[in-house]
This record gives sequence, structure tokens and C-alpha cells, in this order.
Amino acid sequence: MTATGIPLRKLAAHTKPIARSRAWGRRLLITLVIGYVTFLIVAPLTRLAIGAFAEGLSPILSALSQPAVLSAFWRTLLISLLTVVVHAFLGTATAWVLVRHRFPGRKLLNALIDTPFAVSPVVVGYMLLLLFGRNGLLAPLLAAWDIKVAFALPGMILATLFVTLPFMARELIPVLEAFGVQQERAAATLGANGWQTFWYVTFPAVRWGFIYGLTLTFARALGEFGAVLVIGGGVQGRTETATLYIYRALDDRQYIGAYSAALVLGLFSLALVLGTEVLRRRQR
Amino acid sequence: MRSVAMTYLVVMLVIPLVVIFRDGLRGGVDELWRQVTLPMAWHALKLTLWTAAVMTVINAIMGTMTAYVLVRYSFRGHALLNAVVDLPLAIPTLVTGVMLVALYGPQQALGGWLKAQWGWQIIFAPPGIILALLFVTFPFVVRAVEPVLAGLDRSQEDAAASLGASAATIFRRIILPPLLLPLASGALLSFARAIGEFGAIVIVAGNIPLRSQTAAVYVLGEVESENRLGASAISIVMVGIAFSLLLFVDWLQNRNKKEAT
Repeated sequence: MTATGIPLRKLAAHTKPIARSRAWGRRLLITLVIGYVTFLIVAPLTRLAIGAFAEGLSPILSALSQPAVLSAFWRTLLISLLTVVVHAFLGTATAWVLVRHRFPGRKLLNALIDTPFAVSPVVVGYMLLLLFGRNGLLAPLLAAWDIKVAFALPGMILATLFVTLPFMARELIPVLEAFGVQQERAAATLGANGWQTFWYVTFPAVRWGFIYGLTLTFARALGEFGAVLVIGGGVQGRTETATLYIYRALDDRQYIGAYSAALVLGLFSLALVLGTEVLRRRQR
Repeated sequence: MRSVAMTYLVVMLVIPLVVIFRDGLRGGVDELWRQVTLPMAWHALKLTLWTAAVMTVINAIMGTMTAYVLVRYSFRGHALLNAVVDLPLAIPTLVTGVMLVALYGPQQALGGWLKAQWGWQIIFAPPGIILALLFVTFPFVVRAVEPVLAGLDRSQEDAAASLGASAATIFRRIILPPLLLPLASGALLSFARAIGEFGAIVIVAGNIPLRSQTAAVYVLGEVESENRLGASAISIVMVGIAFSLLLFVDWLQNRNKKEAT
């Protein structure tokens, strides 16, 4: 007997049809979602891998070992690493200031920091061109100092910095907020200075946010295309990055080169993000 | 520390934005409007907006469904599905474009078959653009809805079911209302992201003016042909739309936070 006084068997008989219809709905929903994800994401990914391996491994290796391709990948790696280092400091500082400091305009800055998510990469490159280009606002200054920004590495680094700006802040702000200030205050009353408090108290608590932010920054920098295309111009051997090479190879109908470079780039950033996720899970 | 961070943000974010608005408004608002309403520019903007809108509707429905399946059901492949949802964040958008062309391109097996059998053109046409946008923005709605769905109190649903409510009624009257806000923010963010998307689209859509040229690709063309007025005008419209959406989402979330406390 149950608490309501209805015999258990009767109740079970009564609830059965509902349970059965739920099971049906469950199967339908799972099938729909898995079908959608397969069609949208898994199938194109698989097709790319098949396309790259269409003629075996050796054309891939010879396509990827061309000097132009290698230098393009090195350039991408260099730009991405520099971006990661800059944002490790400045991105962390930004997140810290936005969470721990109170000043007028903080809310606006907090909203503004997401702008790079929404501004088109082409527009980002174009904005930098308006500043640093041939007829740009800063052109006289750059000419006087003999610095080349547009159609050169510095411009491409600036563009990558712009598009990756939100990642550190977005990963760090929630963990900093969750960590709170109690332990920091305790450290301060025990005589720790600001830097010691940060390094020994705050940083260990938020380190996974930090690492995750760096990973996403790195992955995004590896894949940046529109902004570096506009500001860099994609000059082969000089300002061509991995993505720009893929674009050119497609245009020249070198499909194996394009597909295999795309696969390598895609797998690399995938391994980066998934690897971090696995590490984080293992830590817990 | 504060001055370093503020200087960095102002230099990186504010100055470029100011420069582009200054440049676009050089010829006054009339000139900006004239540039925007040029047939090619106007068509590119319209194409961008309607493909983004279609994507947003599909993404809202499928994203909510995916979040529901991830939160409520355990099945074989659950962890895999969960990982696949985040894939688009890790894959460069250009690579996304390459993947879609490799699958649906007119010279490819599937793409050729779809074209011959059904007359469906995917690549270099709006369906390809919508597919690319769906791929790139897939995590947005899922990850916005998921935590709220996971935090819902199941007892209300059980109560409704015991009172004889159908599954559809339970979803509409009990599950959906608290999901509306995260759903709206996720959907609007994916719309904002779609307005500016370039890497995935430039390959999938090609660059056919008045047919498959989107706003971002149009701006690239204007930059390359050194038409600064045109490039700046369309850029301002794109930045304006994206930025007002971001502020709106921010306002929605803040308003909700205040109501909750």
C-alpha cells in the first residue's frame, strides 16, 4: 500500500501509459538531436578528413612540406604565441580591474569588452587599416619613425589581439567573482602586499579560468582569418598565415593542400581545447 | 594596474571604433545613407540579415532541444555529444567553410547529387550561408539554456503530469517560461555573431554580387577597391547592429538579475 491508500499495483498500472509515451518522446528527441549534430558538424568534418586523405598520405606530406606552407604555419604560430603572452598579462589585468575595482564607466567597459565577439573580422582589419594604412590617421607618425604596421606582422598581431580580447576576461571574471575577497583580505591583514596576495592566494584559486582563457585565446588566434587578411594582405612568403594559405590554395584549386592544411589547423586547435578540458577533468 | 588595463582597453577598442565612425560620417549622414542604399550594398545587407534571422530561428529550436536532451537524458554517447557541441568554438571558421564546401560543393558527390536530383544548390547560395552560420553559432543557444534547464525544479513537472497535463503542455507552460530569457540572449548573441561572420561564409557563399555576397564580403571588396566611404558606411551599420544587440542582451540579463534578488 502507498501513502495515499491506493494499492501499489493499481498505481503502477495507471502510470504506465505516461511512462511509455515519455520513452517514445525520449527516443525521438535523442534521435533528432544526434541526427542534427551529425548532419551539421560530424559529416562535414569527416568529409574534410576523407578529402585530405583522398590520394593517400604522401600528397598530404608533400603539400604540407612546401616552404610557403611551412612558413605560413610558423607565422601563425608566432602571432598566436605573442597574442597569448600579451593577453596572459593584460587580459588578466583587465579582468582583475573589472571585478575588483569600482569606477565610473565600469559597466560600459564590461559591455564593451565583448565587442570583438560581434564586430566582423573584416571590419576589425579595416579599422586598423584606417589607423595604420597608407592614408591612415597615424601614417605621418609611422613614416617619421619608419615603422611598418599595415601589410606587416605588427598589424597582424594587433588584429589578432583585438579579436581575442574578450576571452581572458570572460573566463576569469566569473571565477574571480565567485572566489570573492575574503581570503585576499585575510592575506592582507597578515601582511601580504598586493602582489603576494595575488600570486599566492588569488591566482591558484582562479588558475583553471586562466588556463582556459589562454587556450581559447590561442585557438582563436590560430584560426583568425578575416582581420589578418585585410590588414596583412596575404602576401605569399611575407604576410601569409595558415588560414590565408588555405584560402589561396582553394582559390588555386589545390584541394589536397587546402584540405590537409585545414585538417591540420582544425585538429590542432581541437586538440588544444579538448586537451585542456581533459586535464581539467582529471584535476578534479 | 587600473590605468594599464584602462589604457589597453581604450587603445584597443575605443580608438578603432571612433576612427571608423569618424571616417564613415565624413560625408555626412546623407552620404552614408546613399552608400548603404547602393543596390549591391543594400542587397548584401538584406542577405546578411535574413540568413542570420533564419539561422537564429533554427538555432533557437535545435539548441533548446539539444540542451534538453543533454540535461534530461542519459544515454550512450552523451559525453561525446556534449563534446561535439563545443567543437565549433575550437574549429577555425575558415576550416568550417572548407568542410562545408568539401561536402556540399557542386563538384562533390553529395552536393552534385542534391543539385542533380532535387535542383538544390547549397554552396554559393543562401542555404550554404545558413548552414555555415548554424555551424559556427551552434554552442551559443545550447550553452545559454543548459544551466538554467539543469537548475529547474522537477517537482512542478511531476505535479503537472499527475494532474493529467500532456508532455506538450508541461513543456509550454512549465519548462519554457524560465528558459525564455537565456534562450533570447543565446539567440540574439548568435544573431549578432552571424552579422559579422566572414571566414566560414567567404568560402561557402563565394562572392557573387546581388546573389550570395554578404555584408562582410562586400566590405572586403570595397576595401580592396579603395572605396573608403562605402566600406566605412557598411561597417558602421554592421557594428551598430551588433553593438546594440550586445547592449540589449546585457540589459536583459541585468534586469533579470535585479528581479531575482
